[in-house]
Amino acid sequence: MSRESLINAGLIGGLLAVPLAALFLDAPFTITLATKVAILALAGVGLNIALGLGGLVSLGHAVFFGIGGYAMGILASHAQSFSPLMEWPLLIEGTKSMPVIWLLAVVASAFVALAIGAISLRTSGVYFIMITLAFGQMFYYFAISWPAYGGEDGLSIYVRNGFPGLNTLAPIQFFAICFVILLAALWFNARLAKSPFGLALNAARQSAVRVETVGLSPFRLRLLAFVISGAITGLAGALFADLNRFVSPTMFSWQLSGEIMVFIILGGVGRLCGPLAGAALFITLEHFLGGLSEFWLIYLGALLLIVVLFARGGIIGLLAGRKVAHG
Amino acid sequence: MSLLDLRGIEAAYGASQALFDVNLALEPGEVLAMMGRNGMGKTSTIKVICGMLPVMRGTLSFDGHDLAGMASHRIARLGIGLVPEGRRCFTNLTVRENLIAAARAGHWDLARVEALFPRLEERERQNAGTLSGGEQQMLAIGRALMTNPRLLILDEATEGLAPLVRQEIWAAIATLKRETGMALLVVDKSLRELSDIADKAVILQRGASVWAGEFGDLSSELTERYIGV
Repeated sequence: MSRESLINAGLIGGLLAVPLAALFLDAPFTITLATKVAILALAGVGLNIALGLGGLVSLGHAVFFGIGGYAMGILASHAQSFSPLMEWPLLIEGTKSMPVIWLLAVVASAFVALAIGAISLRTSGVYFIMITLAFGQMFYYFAISWPAYGGEDGLSIYVRNGFPGLNTLAPIQFFAICFVILLAALWFNARLAKSPFGLALNAARQSAVRVETVGLSPFRLRLLAFVISGAITGLAGALFADLNRFVSPTMFSWQLSGEIMVFIILGGVGRLCGPLAGAALFITLEHFLGGLSEFWLIYLGALLLIVVLFARGGIIGLLAGRKVAHG
Repeated sequence: MSLLDLRGIEAAYGASQALFDVNLALEPGEVLAMMGRNGMGKTSTIKVICGMLPVMRGTLSFDGHDLAGMASHRIARLGIGLVPEGRRCFTNLTVRENLIAAARAGHWDLARVEALFPRLEERERQNAGTLSGGEQQMLAIGRALMTNPRLLILDEATEGLAPLVRQEIWAAIATLKRETGMALLVVDKSLRELSDIADKAVILQRGASVWAGEFGDLSSELTERYIGV
């Protein structure tokens, strides 16, 4: 096993050990923190497929996070008020079932990613960053000005949605759901990176022309990566909304897009468990430094500078010793 | 009908015209040597064929498909494999990953490519960036073969390589011709090595094809005048 795989195993083991220990010490808030790490790491895994594998610097990934969140908010709010979403031409009721909500979150974010990707992937570099940012802002202001679902105030869901056979209100059981989904996403990401599609995507990041000469379209490769990336981030959004039992336009904000990117840069761009390492560090700092000072983000900023200047491979790169992910 | 057919091709990089009148034809299973001094339009012609340089005037077709205005990756999908000048592997992937990234089903698979270039098998897990120049060239050829092309274009395949490695690569190219009957378009300056495999030749001079015919008919007067050997 390579050093990086050992580090990855340690990170995943740690994420499992902390809430288990908290369960015995009867510290439910720590379990909630670990759940937050798992969900934000999942959002990061999504972005990492676009950013790390495809080299696509998307500053609008909160769009998918928000769509996942609102998929949950809209379905659950209709279910709790016993009002159907739609009566004509066919009756659609709200639901409190997590699997149904996840399905909607994934499908809706994938469709939006397809539309945003089809437009923004015609550009590259700084223009791509700006267009994805612009789409993010569009969704943000749309959510603010949509009174049916809370507008600026957001939507509160009083009872967490259900999963067959589990009591999702027990923190450890909800953590288990998020942890298993994160593991599945990591496994999928690892498989994807080694598949011909993942390799070609990686190659297109280095040279689009060379990829074309072997008969592959860099645009299509990137579009598919963007759609997969958006779908995973959307699923994370649905889980995040369920964790807080609250959805608001801030889930669409560009600050959140930036935060997801910060997880990846802190942990290591293109590293399988980079988003997990970054999200864990972010939440830990937020918890401890945030208790000391309201301005804890200054310290995060300093840390980010240090990582970017001296440890380009992020935390995982620093520990694993190989400078660039994948060669 | 020819497999590859270029007639009266003109092309330009922005305002500066590079190709003025290129004509060439290649039949299935044939090996065509494209020759000429540096800067005469050999690589530009290849770029036109592969859709990387737009055609201003003239017609070009591959297997009956009109290539003008077609995207590069679609042209490659029709069955044109390119080994570009300067050994361009994906240096952030391993040897094996380079080969499977763009593989398409057909005669050529990992086992056959590695049998053709045993060195690639030895270095399968190594990063392509750490290979020697000759090995990178073998990898670039292997990568093109993995797409199972009907026409393989080799642009200066052995330029700047050590004599022993050159021999190895030329031997592999000869094997390709002998055993698979793949059509080849070869750009090279080495007459002696070309003479072992080429059926026909075309000479470019200032962006135009000035002579075309059987390779054996190339006279020393012609080669002296246009190629400088």
